Amino acid sequence: MNRKLLSLALLGSTILGGAAAADVTLTIESWRNDDLVLWQDTIIPAFEAANPGIKVKFTPSAPAEYNAVLNSKLDAGSAGDLITCRPFDASLALYDGGHLADISNLEGMANFSDVAKSAWQTDDASASFCMPMASVIHGFIYNKEAFAELDIKVPETEAEFFAALETIKADGNYIPMAMGTNDQWEAATMGYNNIGPNYWKGEEGRLALIAGDQKLTDAQWVAPYEALAKWGEYLGDGYEAQTYPDSQNIFTLGRAAIYPAGSWEITGFNAQADFEMGAFKAPVQNAGDTCYISDHTDIALGMNAASPNAEAAQTFLNWMGTSEFAGIYANALPGFFSLSNHEVAMEDPLAQEFVSWRGECESTIRSTYQILSRGTPNLENETWGASVAAIKGSKSGADLGMELQSGLASWYAPHK
Amino acid sequence: MKNSGIKWHVIVFLAPAVLVYTAIMIFPLFNTLRLALYTEVDQVRQFVGLENFRTLFGDPYWSGQFWNALGNNFWFFFIHMIVQNPIGIALAAILSHPRLRFAALYRTAIFVPTILSFVIVGFAWKLILSPIWGITPDMLKALGLKWLYAPYLGKEEYALTTLALISVWQFVGIPMMLIYAALLSIPEEVLEAGEVDGITGFASFWKIKLPLILPSIGIISILTFVGNFNAFDLIYTTQGALAGPDFSTDILGTFMYRTFFGFQLQLGDPHMGSAIASGMFGIILIGVCIYLFGIQTRLRRYQF
Repeated sequence: MNRKLLSLALLGSTILGGAAAADVTLTIESWRNDDLVLWQDTIIPAFEAANPGIKVKFTPSAPAEYNAVLNSKLDAGSAGDLITCRPFDASLALYDGGHLADISNLEGMANFSDVAKSAWQTDDASASFCMPMASVIHGFIYNKEAFAELDIKVPETEAEFFAALETIKADGNYIPMAMGTNDQWEAATMGYNNIGPNYWKGEEGRLALIAGDQKLTDAQWVAPYEALAKWGEYLGDGYEAQTYPDSQNIFTLGRAAIYPAGSWEITGFNAQADFEMGAFKAPVQNAGDTCYISDHTDIALGMNAASPNAEAAQTFLNWMGTSEFAGIYANALPGFFSLSNHEVAMEDPLAQEFVSWRGECESTIRSTYQILSRGTPNLENETWGASVAAIKGSKSGADLGMELQSGLASWYAPHK
Repeated sequence: MKNSGIKWHVIVFLAPAVLVYTAIMIFPLFNTLRLALYTEVDQVRQFVGLENFRTLFGDPYWSGQFWNALGNNFWFFFIHMIVQNPIGIALAAILSHPRLRFAALYRTAIFVPTILSFVIVGFAWKLILSPIWGITPDMLKALGLKWLYAPYLGKEEYALTTLALISVWQFVGIPMMLIYAALLSIPEEVLEAGEVDGITGFASFWKIKLPLILPSIGIISILTFVGNFNAFDLIYTTQGALAGPDFSTDILGTFMYRTFFGFQLQLGDPHMGSAIASGMFGIILIGVCIYLFGIQTRLRRYQF
C-alpha cells in the first residue's frame, strides 16, 4: 500500500516536473570558472529576459582539466549544449571529430571580421564552428607618473621608444621596462608577437608565412628579433632569472616605468597599482606608418553537434553576436575585448585605450598560432626560446631566423 | 599431504606484494615499453616497430634534445657524486664522534630538507636566489662579494649546477644517515685494536672506518644514480617544462614529460614519450648492471 502511494507520488512529480520544464535548458561548458558570477548575475539574466522560454546554466570546470573533461564528456554524450572553444587546433580537432556543429550560416556570424573568425575555422575558412567571444590586445602599459616626472612623451615610433627607455635608464629612478626571461613565454608573447606585426604587416605577413610565400629568414621576420636584442639593457638587473609574477609586481609597485603587456593584465593592475597607468601600442618604424596590433583571438562559443536543443542553442549564439552581449562582456571583464564589429563603449579608461587602437590600426593575431604550431618542432615553443636568446644577445637575429626556418621546413610542406 | 610440493603459505604471503607490485610497477613498465613501438596516424594506433627510436636517435631535432638532456643528466649526477656524497660522509663522520654535543639536533636539522616537498624547496630557493626580492644579492654585498652574484637560475652557464646544488642541499641527509648507521655498526673493539697499534684520529678514519663503510658508499652511489636519472620534480617546479634557459637544465625527465604530455601549443605524443622513457629505463638498467656486476662483486665485506 505504502509502496503504491510512493510510486504514485513519484509519478505525479514527474508529470509536474515535466510541465515546469517546458522551458528548454541550455548548458554551457567552459573553463572560465573565474567568470561564474558574471554569467550567473549578468549575462544569463540578460539573455533570459530577452528570450523567454530558454533557461541557461553555466557549468565551468577547472582550466587545466577543461580539455580532458570536455573530451570525455563529448565521447560519453553527456556534454552541454554550448561549448566554450579554445582557439585553433584544440577546437578544430573537436569539429573534425564531429563534436562541434558547423555554424557558418548563423546570422550572428555576420558581426565578426575574418580575423576574428580565423581561430575557429577550418584551414580553408570554409566552415566556422564557434562564435567568437573575446580577444586580448597587446601593447605597453606605462606608469603615467614616471613619464610625467621625467617629461617623456608617449612614444609613437621605434626611435622615440628607445629614446624614452634611454631617458628612464639615465635617470636611474625607475627600471625602464619590467620583463624577465625566466618563464620564456613573455619574451615571445609580449615581446616578439607584440612588436612584430608592425614589421611583417600584420595579416599580410602572417598569411604569406602560412602560405609559404615568406620565410622566417626574411627581413620582416628577423627584424623584430633585432629590436628585441636592444631590450636587454633596459630590463632590470638579473632579468634572466625574473619570473612573470616578478615583473607584474615590479611594475605595480611602481619600480618600473614600462610594462610590455597583454590587455588581460588590466583588471589585476587596476587592483594592485596605486599610480595612474596609460597604454601605448607597439611603436612603428617611421611616423605615419600604418600600425598593426596583435588582437589575439582567445575565446569563443560553439554548439555541441549532438545537442537536442539545437534551435535554442542557435538563438543563444546569435544573441552573442549582438551589441548587447558585447557590451556586457567587455565591461565586466576589462581586457577581454569583444571581437564583434559593434562599437562598444568601455568604462575602464585603460581598456578603452587598448580597444581604441582597433580604429587606428590593422588587427592581426599571433603569427605562430594558426597551423604553424601543429608539428614538431613546434614553432610557438621555438619562438619562446628564440625571443629569449635575442633579448639576452646570445644569438643574432639572422641565426635565429635560420634555425626557426629550418625547424618549420622540416615538417611543414609549404616551406619544404 | 605433507609432501604435496606446493607450499601454499609461501604463495599466500607473497601474493599481496606480488599483486600490488605487478599492478602498479611491472605492468606499467612493460606497457610503456610496448607503447614505444606504436604511433598514431589519423587517430588510429599503428605498430611501427623501432621507428620511434630511429626518430629519437636519427632525427637531428630529437637526438639533439636527447643528447643534451643526457649530458645534463650526467652533469647533474656528477655534481651529486662529488658534492653530496663526500659531504654526507664527512657529516656522518663528524656526527659519529662520541664527544660531539647536540649531535641529535644537527642530525635532525640536516635531514629535515629531505622530507620537504620539491615544490617548497624549489620555490624557497627561487626566492632566496631571486635578483629582485632574494637575500642572496644583499648578503653577498654585505660580505663585499657582490661581484660573485649573478641571476644564477637564469644564466645558461650556471643554472644546471645551481639546481644540482639545491638538490644536494635537499638530499645530503640521506647519505649522511646511511653512512652514520654504518659507522655506528663498527664495533669498538676494532677501533681499540687499531689504537693499540697506533692508528688514531684521521688515520683511523681512512684506514679502518672508510674500508668498512665502502659497501654503504656503493649503495649510496647507486641510489644517487637512479634518483638523478629519474629526477624531474625540482627542474619542473623551478624552470618549468621547457627547462630554461635555452634547455640548459633539460634532463631526461623533463624531456620525457614535455614530449609525453605536450606543452602549450605542442600536443602530447605518448608514443615518442614512451620511447624516451624506454631510453631512460635502458640507461638506468645499464648503470645498475655495471654497479652490480662490475663493482659490488669486488667489494670486500667484513663480518664481525
